[in-house]
Amino acid sequence: MKFGVIRFPGSCDEVDAVLACERVPNASAQLLWHGDPDLHGVDAVVVPGGFSYGDYLRVGAIARFSPVMESVIRFAHEGGLVLGICNGFQVLCEAGLLPGALLPNDHLRFRCRQVELDVVRASMPFTADCADGEPLSIPVKHTTGRYYAPPEQLESMHAHGQIVLRYAPGQNPNGSLDDIAGVRNAEGNVFGLMPHPEHAVDPLTGSADGLKIFTSMAHAHG
Amino acid sequence: MSTRIRVLVRPKDGILDPQGVAVERALPALGFEGVSKVHVGRLIELDIEDPGQLHAMCEKLLCNPLIEEYEILEDAV
Repeated sequence: MKFGVIRFPGSCDEVDAVLACERVPNASAQLLWHGDPDLHGVDAVVVPGGFSYGDYLRVGAIARFSPVMESVIRFAHEGGLVLGICNGFQVLCEAGLLPGALLPNDHLRFRCRQVELDVVRASMPFTADCADGEPLSIPVKHTTGRYYAPPEQLESMHAHGQIVLRYAPGQNPNGSLDDIAGVRNAEGNVFGLMPHPEHAVDPLTGSADGLKIFTSMAHAHG
Repeated sequence: MSTRIRVLVRPKDGILDPQGVAVERALPALGFEGVSKVHVGRLIELDIEDPGQLHAMCEKLLCNPLIEEYEILEDAV
């Protein structure tokens, strides 16, 4: 399986994402340049963390119109697997591939710490290697991570099982609605989360729980 | 011939605006009393040849209609 990891001007976690993908057995990973619409035949796309295009105007707002993103939107509509991490999650929301939006943290402070997560839903491509309700320990580091969706959209997301990850009780680092940490689209092939699974792939640095997201994608790809 | 336009973008009603809350809390500390409902938004100034494009421009890029609302001010500069 071949992962493609996008590099925007201002990305900062794309190399860790490549290294995480390369820890998946029989997988390889390559960087995809934001100005190149060619996805180079990758089987899955990772939109990484960082500050794409300086986060000018709104987080993710400008990156969403880059040449590579036009191709990622087509790829997602054709059923391709797309994972958005932190800034990547913000970009996917701005692109309309995921419901909702990310707002400034309710306390306005940058948060960088390990958080405990609950897997709400394990039966989809990105969490197939977890169990329902399984706790995961993965770091967050962001200022704009407060998940919001209007009430009618949130109701539809509940009905379609689109809430994939929640912050464990007492762990919500940003004021996210319903403790939501990660959501997927209705079809199930696009997933975004604020925590950084690519920073949790080795027990040496505290946890290898994040690797399950990447191995799940490989299993879904077959 | 272009027109000078100001676009005001503000958080939608009902969505917590922590920047507004922070400013509202800071003012009494400096002795300014009686201030409420503070909201912090964005001001975008631009020269435009065809103002007919403005709404599409706001909906597509300048504003995220899910969380923000916008107001177009002409002849304000």
